This record gives sequence, structure tokens and C-alpha cells, in this order.
Amino acid sequence: MDNIILEMRGITKTFPGVKALDNVSFKVREGEIHALVGENGAGKSTLMKVLSGVYPAGTYEGEIHYGGEARRFSTISDSEDLGIIIIHQELALVPLLSIAENIFLGNEIASNGVIHWPQTFARTQELLKKVGLSESPATLITDIGVGKQQLVEIAKALSKKVRLLILDEPTASLNETDSDALLKLLMEFRTQGMTSIIISHKLNEIRKVADQITILRDGGTVETLDCHGEDISEDRIIKGMVGRAMEDRYPPREPKVGETLLEVKNWNVFHQQHRDRQFLHDVNFTVRAGEVVGIAGLMGAGRTETAMSLFGKSWGHKITGEVSMRGKPVDVSTIPRAIDAGLAYVTEDRKQLGLVLINNIKENTTLSNLKAVASNGVIDDRKEAKVASDYRAKLRIRSHSIYQETVNLSGGNQQKVVLSKWLFTNPEVLILDEPTRGIDIGAKYEIYTIINQLAAEGKGILMISSEMPELLGTCDRIYVMNEGRIVAELSKAEASQESIMRAIMRSGEKH
Amino acid sequence: MVADTSTQANKPSIGDYLKNNIREYGLLVALVVIMLFFQFVTNGVLFKPVNITNLVLQNSFIVIMALGMLLIIVAGHIDLSVGSIVAFIGAISAIMLVKWGLPAIIVIPACLAVGGIMGAAQGYWVAYQKIPSFIVTLAGMLVFRGLTYVVLGGRPIGPFPKEFQLLSTGFVPDFLYFLNPAPEIIQNMVALVAVIALVGYAIYAGLRDRKINEQHGSENEPFVFFAVQMAVIAAVALFIGFQLATYRGLPNVLIAMAVLIALYTFVTTRSTIGRRIYAMGGNVKATKLSGINTERLTFYTFVNMGVLAALAGMIITARLNSATPKAGVGFELDVIAACFIGGASASGGVGKIIGAVIGAFIMGVMNNGMSIMGIGIDYQQLIKGLVLLAAVFFDVYNKNKG
Repeated sequence: MDNIILEMRGITKTFPGVKALDNVSFKVREGEIHALVGENGAGKSTLMKVLSGVYPAGTYEGEIHYGGEARRFSTISDSEDLGIIIIHQELALVPLLSIAENIFLGNEIASNGVIHWPQTFARTQELLKKVGLSESPATLITDIGVGKQQLVEIAKALSKKVRLLILDEPTASLNETDSDALLKLLMEFRTQGMTSIIISHKLNEIRKVADQITILRDGGTVETLDCHGEDISEDRIIKGMVGRAMEDRYPPREPKVGETLLEVKNWNVFHQQHRDRQFLHDVNFTVRAGEVVGIAGLMGAGRTETAMSLFGKSWGHKITGEVSMRGKPVDVSTIPRAIDAGLAYVTEDRKQLGLVLINNIKENTTLSNLKAVASNGVIDDRKEAKVASDYRAKLRIRSHSIYQETVNLSGGNQQKVVLSKWLFTNPEVLILDEPTRGIDIGAKYEIYTIINQLAAEGKGILMISSEMPELLGTCDRIYVMNEGRIVAELSKAEASQESIMRAIMRSGEKH
Repeated sequence: MVADTSTQANKPSIGDYLKNNIREYGLLVALVVIMLFFQFVTNGVLFKPVNITNLVLQNSFIVIMALGMLLIIVAGHIDLSVGSIVAFIGAISAIMLVKWGLPAIIVIPACLAVGGIMGAAQGYWVAYQKIPSFIVTLAGMLVFRGLTYVVLGGRPIGPFPKEFQLLSTGFVPDFLYFLNPAPEIIQNMVALVAVIALVGYAIYAGLRDRKINEQHGSENEPFVFFAVQMAVIAAVALFIGFQLATYRGLPNVLIAMAVLIALYTFVTTRSTIGRRIYAMGGNVKATKLSGINTERLTFYTFVNMGVLAALAGMIITARLNSATPKAGVGFELDVIAACFIGGASASGGVGKIIGAVIGAFIMGVMNNGMSIMGIGIDYQQLIKGLVLLAAVFFDVYNKNKG
């Protein structure tokens, strides 16, 4: 009855030693938004790479039928010619070129190699209008935010006469407003008859937009759910993804809150680049022993900046304010001093800022506290190996050995290595910045369990997260930040998605 | 997709092991093949005792500078100024020794200190002002070359006092002559004893490490590899030691070089400083956020490079017995090439001392062999360039395949 635009049948793709896809079948109807979900490593991205020709025909088994015909794509341009456009999670834009140049990169409006600028700008303007972006075509990519960059990617796709748009985690790095705008745009495209495949971890968004949901697990298709028949709950999707009902997404914990560990008073910070702009205003907060404290807020509210300025002045300048630990003032002016004071900061971006990816687990684990496994500047190999093995066992890091390079680990396991590194410095307070971003549900649960263990050991946890359910599920107390200020402090009983949003909105009205 | 939950380290097969370590074995094999090739085409001149001695003397300074350059490259930087530092140090050592008549015992440490200051002057801009090292050291290269002309007034200075020349032309005296079983063949017993002792220690240490590794369950290379590798190294070392013993013994420079190689190998593999430099080269932001003073670390790698370049500068000047403004032109390229042939990565974080040393010797043997064959400097450059490209291509190819 429905027009099937894409059907992938019996797709099997093997990498040396791993069967990434095992007899996967996948059917997409024309003009729908089809969500593809599954834990990390379930095979979603691999399937899309097979479809788009990144893995050429012949390197996999199975058939692809698209637009009613069997197709064999051997390069990406083969699939692009037929209107299959994929937008990867890591955006493929050149930061120092303009929006117009990026949109037509490799596809320039030109004659004899000479670019026709007026036409290029006019076309760009048209495309930008379609995606609802009011920026000049001459604006550099580096000058616009991630949300707008994502829209430029979509405009670029539109410029190529897209029929089937594939978005890999499009909202992973967007705040709620930008995510909503993007999803609305997809729904608008749907009314115009365009087909989209969206890969996402954010189940609430999928529920909002998807017509069908295909769930992959361990390289195989589990099921395809139709969203129009019955209401599909998030728990229903999760059950399909993990293969069992996830009774509770957040492990239970009995908080035993002790004395105040970290206290920050009148923390004022100026912007790193725009040096005369004050970014953080009189931020005050405390973290007590055994307590998990959250900081909620929209992107750009100043949460990461608070953490980084506190951790050895890694961000900002003209930093003033008082920091004390167990009631005594401490010096956190450099990173080594902040570590000595008992702070640890697990960064938001574990690949760029958290790990030395080309080094192995062992080397990453001891990096922050090498002197503990060395005497007179000489590393004791056995001691180091033992430390790394202990953390590997304790945090259940899945790897061949402690000698595996961290670049080859999954996101969840990479995060555990970063946690190992900081636990080995024996901190009193851990600041966790988006600790579960981009990692799958099973691994998230493990990270929450580790957080609970640390709190039970009497450490203070300060957790920054953009996922409100996560904060509500794990924290004893939540600070709400907006525009560089702490605008509310909510107890576990008071905190809810509504109360957090209300605090943000109300503070916005004041200005 | 990495779902191996086994806690036991799986035992690698010999094939896997070879695949994973092809770089290191490949390099060693390449050196041996190149040596045998030139031994053959030069009708055995290459391995004549006098030529081996020459080889050591000619290449020592490249090797010494490659030690510092490897750290710089691993840290994610480059230093183009070493050739000019060599020339400048040569010039001021000549002025202090020849014009001012200062004793070598004062001049040598003074020159090392000046080298350190020159490194520091560049390290400051790279580490604290975040100017790309390529630019800073390009400036340094011009500035130090210019300074050399200024202090020399455009004229060479020489000759040098005997005591200073010993730095590069001296040999370790034969204080073990009474042990010599065949004085008519062996001219210098110390060389032979030293090499035998060294080979013995290397085998002992290798076996000991394997045993320790076994006890702690960490990976060992397959025994066949260990044995073959040891046998090749021992054979080459003993042969060279024997050849040197039949001539004038161990050059002082060889001793200095060996000590420095051992020291830097230790620093890069076992010390916290070494580990931090590798981490910094791998990801400077993550390393800084791990509480490591990356600026200071960068600064000191440049200071270290300056000191080593100064040592090399004195060795060269002593060997040439004259300080000229054109000394050391193009050395930086040989030194950098040695590191890259030896497997260092231009993006930082990867590279081994032993690789850089073998890389330097590959370049050295080719220089020497081609000179003996009478190949002109034009073709020598061409061939060296191709070898560099081939070596790096080999790396890239292996990486993509794996």
C-alpha cells in the first residue's frame, strides 16, 4: 500500500574479527521520518555507511533496493546522485569558509572554473530561507553556533536535490531550542514529501517526530515499530534496544550527606575571548560529602565555564572569588594546584580534552598522577600496570588488556578510562561535565552506578548535564544556571523538568 | 563493537606479532640490508676498520642531535635552527679557545650553556607565546647563522688546541693491553672487552626482562624474535667491535654517543618526563587538563635540543679543526630526516629513540657508501630524498592497512 523508497535486505558486513551487521533488513516508506535506534555499536552508522556507498558494493553481502531498483553504490557520489544525502555527526564544514562557499563546496556554480558569485549568493539565500536560517551567505561558519551549522549542513543537502536525508545524531550537540527547531524543520520537509532517516539516542525526540522506528541490536534488526498504531513509550524502545526491560534507568541510592567539602563564593569570570565582557556573575555553590549536585541550564548558560574556570583557571580571565575545601581556603589558580586541592574535572569532550587517544589505557590512567607510580622521576612499570589493572577491573572497562589504545574503545569505556585517571588522583570533589554524552544506555547505567559508589565513599560530585531526566534521576540537589548566574537551587523534592525550565524562563524575564 | 571481556591477555601468534611490530624490525632489517649492499658494491671498503671509525666520527653529531630532535618531534614540534646553532657554537668556541686562549675545560661547559640559552630563547616563543615552532626556529635559523657571520667576521678561525680536538678525534686508551691474546691483530683490547661485555649485558638484561614480564603476565615478543634479534645485534656489534679493535680502538665520540643513546632511551621509556612528552604530543589539551605544565615541558625540550646541538657543534668544529660560518648548513634536514625515517610521526606523540638512531645510521651509511662509490652530491641528495619518502610511505601504508 505504501510506497517503499528504500529496502535493504539481508545486509551482512564483516570487519576483521567482527561481524558488524548480520543479515539486517530495513525498509523505509516514502515521505516518512524513520528513526534508527540502538546502543552504540549496534550497527546503525555501519548500516548507513553501507547505504551511502562509504563501504562500496561488494564489501558487504545483501541487496539495496532504492526507488524501485536494485542499486550497487561504489562511491558516495553514486548515492548522492540519486538524492541520498548523509549528514554525519561530526559536521563536514570548513570553519574558515563562508556559508555560501560551504554549501557549494565541490559543487560550485561556475563556468570554466570561475565561480559565479551573485548566483551562488542568491541560491544560498534561497536555501537558507528554506531551512529558516537568517544569516548572510557571507558569514563564516566559525562565527555561527553548532545549531546553525547543522542547518547549513541541511541547506547543503537541499542544494543537492535530496530525496532521502540521513541525519546521524543531529541533535547530540544542540540545546533544546535548537533541537526543537531542527525537528520542526524535518516535519516540515515531511509535508513536502521528503524522506528522512534519523539516528538518535534522544528517545523523547524520536517519539515526537518518527513515523516508524527500527531498532538494531548487536548488528541485527530487532523490530520495526509503527508509531501511528499505538503510543510507543520510551521504555518500550529501550526494551528493544537492550533486550530486556530497563526497570530503572537510574540505580537507586541512599544519600548519606556529610560535611561541606567544596564551597565557591562570589565567583566572577570574564570571557576568554571578549575580554571586557563579564561571563559569570557572583556564582555561589557548595558540594557536600556524599552528595551528588547537579547544574542544569541551557547551552551557553555558563556551566562548563564555571567548572573550567574553577579548575586551574582553564577558561576565562580576571577570575575573582573564593574557593574553600572543608572550610579552608584553597588555591586553584593552576591545574596542578586545583588537583592538589582535591578537585578533579572530567571534561565534556573526552576525545579532545579527556584522553590521549593514541596512548593506551594504562598510560591514560596514570597521566594525572604519574608521581604516584614513580620514584625520582622513574616510572615503576609494575606498579603502574597494577594500578591500571585495578581500575580496569573496578570500573569494568571492557578491553583486551590495559595495553589497548584508547582510540579503539567504545565511548562508555573511554569515559571509564577518564574516570580512572581522575579517581587515581584521589579527589574529594569530582566535577563531571556531561559524563554520559554519546554513550549508550547500558554504559550510562554503569556510569551512574560508579557515581553512586563514589558518593557512598564520601566524595562530592558536581554533575553538569544537558539531559534533565539524568539530573533528576541522579542528583540530590540541583542548581539552575542561566546567562552566567545561578538562578535557582532546587532540592530533590522540588526539582522537576517544569521547575527547572520555569527558573530559567523567569530569570530571563528579569533582564 | 569491542566486546572482548576476557581479562587474560591473549597470546599473539608470530604472524600477528610481526604485523604489529613490522616497523621496528623493518627498520633494523633495512639498516642491515643497506650495510650489506654497500659492503658488496664498495668491495668491502665499508666495513674496513678505518672506515667504520670514520662512519662513527662522521655521524656522531647527527645521532646526538637526533636524540634531541626526536623529543621535539614527539612533543609535536620541529626545530630548524640546529644547523645554525652548530655553526654559532663552533664560532664562539673558536673565539674562546683560539683568540682568548681559555682552557677547554671551561669552554666546553660554557658552550653547552650557550646552546641551552639559544634553545631557551626559541622555546620561550614556542611554549609561552604559542608561536608555531616552524616559524620560531626558522627565524632562529636565520638569526643564529647571521650571528655566526658577525662573530667570525666572515673568516674561519683555527686551528684548535690538542686537548679540544680530543673531543672528536681522541680514542679511549688501551689500558687493558696486558690481556691482549693476539697483539699482532688486535691493536686495542679495551674496545673488544667493552663490546663483549656490552653484548653479554644486553642478552642478560633481555632475558631478565622477559622473565619479569612472564611473572607479571604482560606481553612478551615471541622467543624466536627475541633470539634472532639478539643474534643479529650481537653479531653486528661484535663484528664492529672487533674491527675497531684492530684499528685504534673506541673513539671518544662513540662512548659519548652510546652513553647519550642509553640515557635518552631511558628517559623516553621509563621516566615521568618522557611519558609526559609523549602524552603532550598525543593530545596537548588533554595533557594540560591532566595537571601537566605543558608550557614548561615544551620549553625544556627546546633547551635540551640547544644543549645537544651545542655538543654536536663542538664535536664538528673539533673534527674540522676550524670554525667556519658555513658549518652545519643543512644539518637540520639530516637530523629531521633521521627521526622520520626512524618512525616518528609528524603530528607528534609517536617515535622512538632507537628508531631515530637507526634512521641516522641509515642516512650515514648511505652518505658514506655513496661517497666511497664516487656518486656525486647531486645524486646522493636525490637518493636520500627518495629513501625518506619511501620510509614514511611505508609507515602510512602500514597504518592504513592495519
